[in-house]
This record gives sequence, structure tokens and C-alpha cells, in this order.
Amino acid sequence: MDTAIHFENVTKTFGKVIANNQITMDVRKGEILALLGENGSGKTTLCNMLAGIYYPDNGKIYINGNVAAITSPQDSMKYHIGMVHQHYKLVELFTAAENIVLGLNPKEFKFDIKNAIKRIQEICDRYGFNIDPNKKVYNMTVSEKQNLEIVKVLYRGADILILDEPTAVLTPQEADVLFSVMRNMKADGKSIIIITHKLQEVLAVSDRVAILRKGEYIDTVETKDATTQSLTEMMVGEKVTLNIDRPEVVHNIPLLEIRDLTIKKDDGSIAIDKVNFYIRGGEILGVAGIAGCGQKELCEAIAGLRKIESGDINHVGESIIGKKPQEIIEEGIAMSFIPEDRLGMGLAPSLSITDNMMLKDYNVISPWYNPFVNRNAAREKAKQIINELDVKTPSTETPVRRLSGGNVQKVLVGREISAGPNVIVTAYPVRGLDINSSYAIYDILNEQKKNGVGIMFVGEDLDVLLALCDKIMVLCHGKVMGVVHATKTTKEQLGLMMTGTLDLNEEKPEKSFGIASDSLIQETIVDADEKKEVNE
Amino acid sequence: MEGFITWWTSAIVYGTIIMYGALGEILTQKSGHLNLGVPGEVFIGGFAGFAGAFLYENAVENPNTFLLIIIPIICAVIASGLAGLLYCFFTVTLKANQNVTGLALTYIGVGIGSFGGQYIMIKAGCTSYTRVQATSDIFTESIHHLVGSPDNWFLKMFLSYGFMIYFAIVVAIVLHIFLKKTRVGLNLRAVGESPATADAAGINVTLYKYVATMVGGAIAGLGGLVYIILYNNGGWTTSNPMETLGWLAVALVIFATWKPINAIWGSYLFAFLFWFYANANVLGITLSIPQADLVQALPYFATILVLIIIALRKKKENQPPASLGVNYFREER
Repeated sequence: MDTAIHFENVTKTFGKVIANNQITMDVRKGEILALLGENGSGKTTLCNMLAGIYYPDNGKIYINGNVAAITSPQDSMKYHIGMVHQHYKLVELFTAAENIVLGLNPKEFKFDIKNAIKRIQEICDRYGFNIDPNKKVYNMTVSEKQNLEIVKVLYRGADILILDEPTAVLTPQEADVLFSVMRNMKADGKSIIIITHKLQEVLAVSDRVAILRKGEYIDTVETKDATTQSLTEMMVGEKVTLNIDRPEVVHNIPLLEIRDLTIKKDDGSIAIDKVNFYIRGGEILGVAGIAGCGQKELCEAIAGLRKIESGDINHVGESIIGKKPQEIIEEGIAMSFIPEDRLGMGLAPSLSITDNMMLKDYNVISPWYNPFVNRNAAREKAKQIINELDVKTPSTETPVRRLSGGNVQKVLVGREISAGPNVIVTAYPVRGLDINSSYAIYDILNEQKKNGVGIMFVGEDLDVLLALCDKIMVLCHGKVMGVVHATKTTKEQLGLMMTGTLDLNEEKPEKSFGIASDSLIQETIVDADEKKEVNE
Repeated sequence: MEGFITWWTSAIVYGTIIMYGALGEILTQKSGHLNLGVPGEVFIGGFAGFAGAFLYENAVENPNTFLLIIIPIICAVIASGLAGLLYCFFTVTLKANQNVTGLALTYIGVGIGSFGGQYIMIKAGCTSYTRVQATSDIFTESIHHLVGSPDNWFLKMFLSYGFMIYFAIVVAIVLHIFLKKTRVGLNLRAVGESPATADAAGINVTLYKYVATMVGGAIAGLGGLVYIILYNNGGWTTSNPMETLGWLAVALVIFATWKPINAIWGSYLFAFLFWFYANANVLGITLSIPQADLVQALPYFATILVLIIIALRKKKENQPPASLGVNYFREER
């Protein structure tokens, strides 16, 4: 087979960090090549050099046998390379067609949108995309936006497509559709590079796998000869056990019970719609759902950070509605939410680990009558967490933002656990972590579970949820589609529930999932309004 | 009726000054830059136009009509365009904070303009008032002569102004077509909405920002020219409250929801409301001095009202450009 791209000793550094070191590898024509590696292994950097975002410090890139100098996105387009970035580059206010023609033919004064729409339709029909050229981007779903991004690069004549973590935001079903589109494009002679760290997808869709580790090129193997285990070992560089433990723990009383909870988003739309569920001590309840289905609002409501519209949140039989966040923490509910940028919530990036310890415990460490900060106690606590969780940091006084992602998350989770909570609400705790750090976090959570703590785990990777959690609750547009036992369900079933195709409430209307048989809530459910009257 | 027509005509002239400022600022803001230096640009434009006219009138015996028109316009456009360039150099190239840079530009513009105007007045041997008679006569020449004398209300209300008044409407319409229908306009809107997207699509973001800001500054400068040459009849005085109009222009951009067409009627409405205090007697209302001061704030109240309405309606098309006020760093991921 012909070679489409050849990297020769390509090196790229950012300051002291070597992102790509002497990489030599090939991409063939008409193949799907998976570029596999952990976060920070240099996959995206390597592809950004093809996209014209970065320029290599050293080494050469050959396209179809000729040396290519790609210094800008325009150059990249000239070489028929198109990259779909992880964060979509689309103008929300424009229609699909306007986004596609953006920046093309600047000499043409008036743009011929009709002709463009015709060509877009042709591309869609050819490969099986489903997009409406006249739809505004802000009305589109995530998978429509992704389709649009791919059509955009095809419209510009791309023969080599780079997809950066394309399935991170898709349900299993949407991912399957994407894979079939990718196969159509391959059959049309296009080369596709898919950047990912999900092994199942690599095995499902690629022809060959190239593995990077810490900026170094390891090897390229035929997918048919590879297994999850062999790929992981190449990716991590050591033997790892891929099984996530699920210790059996005797289940306790329901610690947190949520009844008929309704919460609104910031823009006034409904985030969580009449939701019932409960968490027992000694169990992990997984929460699955497409991003933005109310997970964040639910976590915030439990932590007392967001006003609820109606319903009740009960902690050991007592309502925590109307309590201050501080009082909720004192009751033993800990919440940690790792947003997409990973530093936004929970930790102050420029403060040291010690100072971040005090953010939550300031009133315990230094009582209110003491005007001075007791930094020693906080420093002791920081040291304890650094030792127990094996946080890699030069000192306790290092600003949190200077730590690597895994260590930041360990500090956050460690702080939440150190308060000795009996309920832990954690959202995306392994977001962006390498395999070893992720397993460290799972171990920490399992340790807490064994101690009888009830854990709510909001996650994105269904494989992890299935392996780690006892039960999984699926949210779709703020509604609970059902609560299933992790051992008795499949990824496909969860996928169908995430998109709302399967609603267990309809299948088994006699069963109400979210209400524990031994509920600690004494009275029957009453509306918030009625409750007010009772109180008065 | 007479009183109303006076109110109306003064509102049209005054509104045109605001309109030029707002149109310039709309173009600038569409590139993602919130330029609070508009009052400064208006002031500099006014001063440069005046200075150009003054120097030309004093340099030749019999000024040429064409040059009398073109010299002040070119001077105003170049000076305000350079003010826009200064703003752009700070915010685009040096990535300085847009609000601070804009406010500084306002003070610099007013300062330079006042200083230069004072200098010209001393040169001319006056202490408080200097006039460019010939230029003003041409600019204020109303176009109703083309059709007849202004004996009916229609001609008085719509055709009794100098050409710069009508030119503002032309600029607004051209700007509207440019933003809506042309490729370059589409690219510019993309730069203001999402510069990273525009950059990846091969649009030269820096160039677009520079050109939009400079052309925007130049258009705003025409507002200052209209103020001195038309509204003030070519007279430069020790105090020229052009900044007020600059701030009204900034408010009008929001009021017009970033649409040049809305800026046309919006500017006249603003001026109409602004002059309410002086023409209240037309409606049979007598205002005391503090009341009149309060009434002058009507355009700002109208802007706040519009802000509330667009916030409630949540229509994406009426929101400011998404990256407005945020400098673009390509390296930031």
C-alpha cells in the first residue's frame, strides 16, 4: 500500500517539555490508523503539526512522498489534510452551510450559498452523514456538530482526516454510526487517523494501531494481532491489571434519599425532572448520561450550592433542603466535581496544597474567635494526604496548578475524603487521568465503600461504570431512564437509555426504581408547597 | 407644528453624529473588540476635520469647493483611523485589556483634540471661538434646493440637511449588506464570534481585527466632523461636549442589537429623546433644571430597557458577538 504520510524524526518541544521526541512513523493510503496513547503522550501535538497549528522543531514530514512544510491551517488544507479537533471549531450563530464555507474563496464578493448547499448535500449522501445545511449550530446535538466538522473538512477536499477523540462525547450507538461513516470514507480511498485512548474502539474500527508513550513512538501493530491487554502494556509500558475491583460489601441503610427532585439550569430550563433515587452506605451508584443532562446541577443541589424547585433531598432521614453548604459538609456529605478544564471547581489553582486544604476546613482548623490562620494544622493534613495517596509534588507549598492532572485530582479527592464523610458525590474524578492514576482513584473510592460510605459516581466511560459501580442510574434530559444493577446490564442497554430510546419506567411501570423499601423518610411524599403549610 | 419640526430637525442632525459613532463601533465590535475609545475617536475626528478645513481656508484666497469638502473628510477619517490603529496595536498585538485601552483612548482623544483646537484658536487670534465659514457653508447647504424651497413640512423635515446626514444612512445600509451578504462580512462575523474557528478556517484574524477597528474608527470620526462643521456651524469653542455623543453611540450599539439598520432609527430616537428637555414645551410640559438633567438621560434608560428585553427574550441573534471583549491568543488551547 502507498504511504500517505511519513514522519521522519519529528521532534516538538514546549519549553522544557518534550511533547514529541524523534518520531518516525507512517500512515498508509486508505487505512484507518488509530493513534493510541495516554493523556500527555503527544498524540494531539503530533497531529496538530499536520493541521498547521504547530511546526516541528526538528525532523521532516512527507506527504505522498514529498517533503511538506505545513506552517498554517491553510497549508494543511493545500495538502488535503483536515483535522476535527476535540473541541469543535464552529461558529454557534451560523448555519451549517455558513460554517462550512467560512474562509473559502475570499475573492468572491457575494457568496453563493445555494451552490454550497448542493455540494454539502452530495457529500452527506455519499458517506451517510445526516445534517441539515440550514440548521443553526446552536440548535444542533453534539453528534450533529461532529458530523458537521467532518463534512467541513471533506468539503475542503481533505484526503487525510484526523479525528481527535471523536467518541468522547458520543453514546455507543452514535459511535457506531460514526464508525460506519469512517469505513465508507476508507472505502473511498481516504486515510483516517483516529486519536483515542479507548481500547475497545481501537479494536473495533482501526486497521493498524500506532502507540505513543510520553512523547516517544513505541510501535505500530496490525489491529487484528492486538488485544486490549497487549495494547495497554505498550501504552503504559508495564504490566497492568485491567480489572477494576468491585468489593462485595454488606449494604447499609439508605444514606441519601432523593424524592421528586426538580432543579432548573442557569438559563431557567429544567435540568433535573422529578427524580427519585437513593444511595446506601457501602455501595457505589453510577450516574450515566450524555454530557449536560443535569449531572452538574444534581451534584450542586446535593452540596447545597443550587436552589431546588421542588422535591426533597434526605440525608439519613432528615431533609437537607435549605441548609447552607457548610452545614451539609458538617453532616458528612462531600462533593467533588471535576469540570472539563479540571481545575475550575473545588481547588484554587494558584494557592498551595496547604491553602487548598484550608478552603474547606478553615473554621475547624482555626475557630472563629481566632483571627489568625493556623497554617501548621493544614500543612500536617496536606502531608498526610500526600503520603497516603502518593501525590507527586515538590512540597506542600507548591501551587496546585503546577501539579499534573492526576495529582491535582488526588489532592481534591483526598481533601474530600479526609473530612470523614459518609456520602461522597464525585463527578468525573478520573477525567483526563492516565491509567495508573485512574486506578489509584478507583482504589480510594473502593476503600471508602468498604468503610460503609455511600458513593455517587458521575462518569462518562461506560466500561468503567459497569466495572466499578454496584448500580447505575441513567439520566436523559434530566429524567431517570432507570436504575440497573451493573452486573445485569450491558453497554448497549445503557446507550439506549442515555438517548432516551429505552425507558425502563415505561417497561416496568409497577416498579418505582428510586424509592428504597426500607426508606428512612417517614411521611408520605408531599409537595414543597404543602410542606410549607405544614411547617407553618 | 413649528416647535415639533424644530425638535425633529435638531434630532436628525444630532442623531447623525451618534449614528456615525455607533456604525463605527458596530463594525469594531463585530471583530470582537469592545472599543470604549469611541468618544475619543469622535473628538479626534472632529478636531482633525476642523483643523484641515481651517488650514486650507487660510492657505488659499479662493477655496475650491471640492477640496473644501474632501480635505476635512480625509483629515477626520485618517486621524480617527489612526486612533483605531493605536487601540488595535494595544489590544490585538500587545493583548492589553480592551476596556482600559478604550478608556485611555477616550481621554487621549479628547486631550489631543482640545489641545490642538486651542492651539488653532490662539493662532487665529481668538480666545473662545473660531469658525471655518466656507467649509461650514458647503456642508450645511441643504439639498432641498434640488427640488425647491422649504415651504412645506415635508421638505423641512426630510430634505433640509447637508449631504453628510444622508451619507450616514448610506453607510448604514452598505454596512448592513456587507455584514449580511458578503463573504468578507461573513468572515468578519466569524472572527468576532469565534476567532479560533476563523483562524482554523484560514482567515487572517489579526488583519480582520485591524481593518475593522481602523475603518470603524474612521467612520466614528465622521461623527465628530458632523458635530463641528454641521451641528456647530463650523465653530470650534473652548468646550466641545462631543464625548457625550460618543457614549450615546456606545449605548446605541447595544440598543441596535449590533445591527446597522437599527442604528438608523435608533440614533434619531436617541437624539429625539435627548432633546426632549429643550423641547418639552411643545408638549406643554415645563421642566425645572434638575428635571431637565434627568430627562437628558432618557436614551440611557431606553438602552437599559432594551438590555432587559433582549436578556429576557434570550434570542441568540440579538446577543453581542460571542468573543466581544476577549483578546485572542492562538496558543491558548
